[in-house]
Amino acid sequence: MPSITREEVAHLARLARIELSDAELDHLAPQLDQIITLVGQVSQVAADDIPPTSHALPLTNVMREDENVPCLTPEQALSGAPAAEAQRFRVPRILEED
Amino acid sequence: MSDLTRKTAAELSELMASKQASSVEVTQAHLDRIAAVDGSVKAFLHVDTEGALAQAAAVDAKRAAGEELGPLAGVPLALKDVLTQEGVPTTAGSKILEGWKPPYDSTVVKRLKAAGIVILGKTNMDEFAMGSSTENSAYGTTHNPWDLTRIPGGSGGGSSAAISAWEAPLAIGTDTGGSIRQPGAFTGTVGVKPTYGGTSRYGLIALASSLDTPGPCARTTLDAALLHEAIAGWDPMDSTSINQDVPPVVAAARNGDVSGLRIGVVKELGGDGYQPGVEARFHEAVELLTKLGAEVVEVSCPHFEYALPAYYLILPSEASSNLAKFDAMRYGLRVGDDGTNSAETVTGLSREAGFGDEVKRRIILGTHALSSGYYDAYYGQAQKVRTLIARDFIKAYEQVDVLVSPATPTTAFAIGDRINDPIAMYKNDLCTIPSNLAGNAAASFPCGLADEDGLPVGFHVMAPVMRDDLLYTVGAALESALAEKWGGVLMSKAPELVVNR
Repeated sequence: MPSITREEVAHLARLARIELSDAELDHLAPQLDQIITLVGQVSQVAADDIPPTSHALPLTNVMREDENVPCLTPEQALSGAPAAEAQRFRVPRILEED
Repeated sequence: MSDLTRKTAAELSELMASKQASSVEVTQAHLDRIAAVDGSVKAFLHVDTEGALAQAAAVDAKRAAGEELGPLAGVPLALKDVLTQEGVPTTAGSKILEGWKPPYDSTVVKRLKAAGIVILGKTNMDEFAMGSSTENSAYGTTHNPWDLTRIPGGSGGGSSAAISAWEAPLAIGTDTGGSIRQPGAFTGTVGVKPTYGGTSRYGLIALASSLDTPGPCARTTLDAALLHEAIAGWDPMDSTSINQDVPPVVAAARNGDVSGLRIGVVKELGGDGYQPGVEARFHEAVELLTKLGAEVVEVSCPHFEYALPAYYLILPSEASSNLAKFDAMRYGLRVGDDGTNSAETVTGLSREAGFGDEVKRRIILGTHALSSGYYDAYYGQAQKVRTLIARDFIKAYEQVDVLVSPATPTTAFAIGDRINDPIAMYKNDLCTIPSNLAGNAAASFPCGLADEDGLPVGFHVMAPVMRDDLLYTVGAALESALAEKWGGVLMSKAPELVVNR
């Protein structure tokens, strides 16, 4: 049995907002199956009582004074926008039509 | 004047300080070299001729005015295309960022500019630094100057190829699982991954935020140290930046005394799967260090064998989250915005068109590892393995000052060889990944050519957190001993590239 099915890969791609064609699914699903078998080796390590490490070095949160500092101008912020209008990012519709 | 492109950064610096060459001359010589050979090497995605010459002229003007300049002022450099430079195209090797010109400088770029270092252009890389060969770049593969049919390593193959093709004396790379050290090994050059947090991630297009580390690439240990010093140090713009003094890397590179240094050979990083020529050069280098007075012992790090699977859970998990920002709304590629498609559909279509296979594989893998029902078994367990790997290092450093291994199990492989076998590709990074997971400093130094194929082999040194200086101590000792043995540095053995006039 594969560690991940073609249907599961399609579902994950939807969650990750990547449209995939049938050809891409045919190509990626078996590769992901192999990769998941490889990474599944971590379960061989007995680590129940081991604390997780999310970060290599012990660090504390960094705070700074809430002060105004120079930042990008609206022109700079919009300079890479695929579409802009009235000093704002123009985006496709975000609501379903009634 | 002898060929300026064959000089080290330190030598160029002296020539300019003594007014025997100007930065404009030095920069032009490297731009000419790029024009002559980059058609076959393909190290650069963008050459900023005008910008580089303007920076060089500015340094020359400051020098003429008697201003105090840093040790690398006027020296040219190749910049990995994953770091933002204001107004200069930055793609991270991806179609999704084609044509994007960042409105700000990364901290690394700010510091390069402040040091008077001249940025020649942006170098090729695997898309979003995901890969070990540059074959995952959306803009074509970089070729290894030692053998143009081979890959130069990755993800920073463009940076390492640029310096080994004499197109630049210095380059910047970023190392998440070996992306500075593995290309360094494959191109016969020096590649250093500083301690995580020792160099700033601000303006580095993130792959895995708990692992990403910018660092220096060069042809000599001293040049790497000079560049390391120029870019390292605390940055308030990076919340994981270490607020401590930069380790004395330049002094260590100038000193290079390993007498009494305790060196541990990692038992688990060798044997099965390692190319005989790689192991032969590695063991000779260890013997050389012993002759120079180092005390060598074998050390066991039993959890290193699980570093690769743990890494390929942690990295994709962080990457799937980091790359969510490429949603086609604020910058980058937008596809399918036809007035009827919803924003969500446009995002999905843009990500399909803009991302390559490896990026899609890793985003899907990360999404899987973080999804409910799998989180504990995958991501959670990988984080526990990460703890065990860090503990292996701590235990080893109770016995020795540094650990060593080959930098890679094999030499550079042929273009196309592993591109359809992700797992074979991932195994390139067996030796380099543990240091990313534990955050310690590590580097690859050239230690000779493998007998089977005549290609460079890298000697990997791992030092404790914030002891980056020890890397340079070992690297400098090895470099001078090997140069004495060979009658020159390894790069002097590199084949001449055909020059396009």
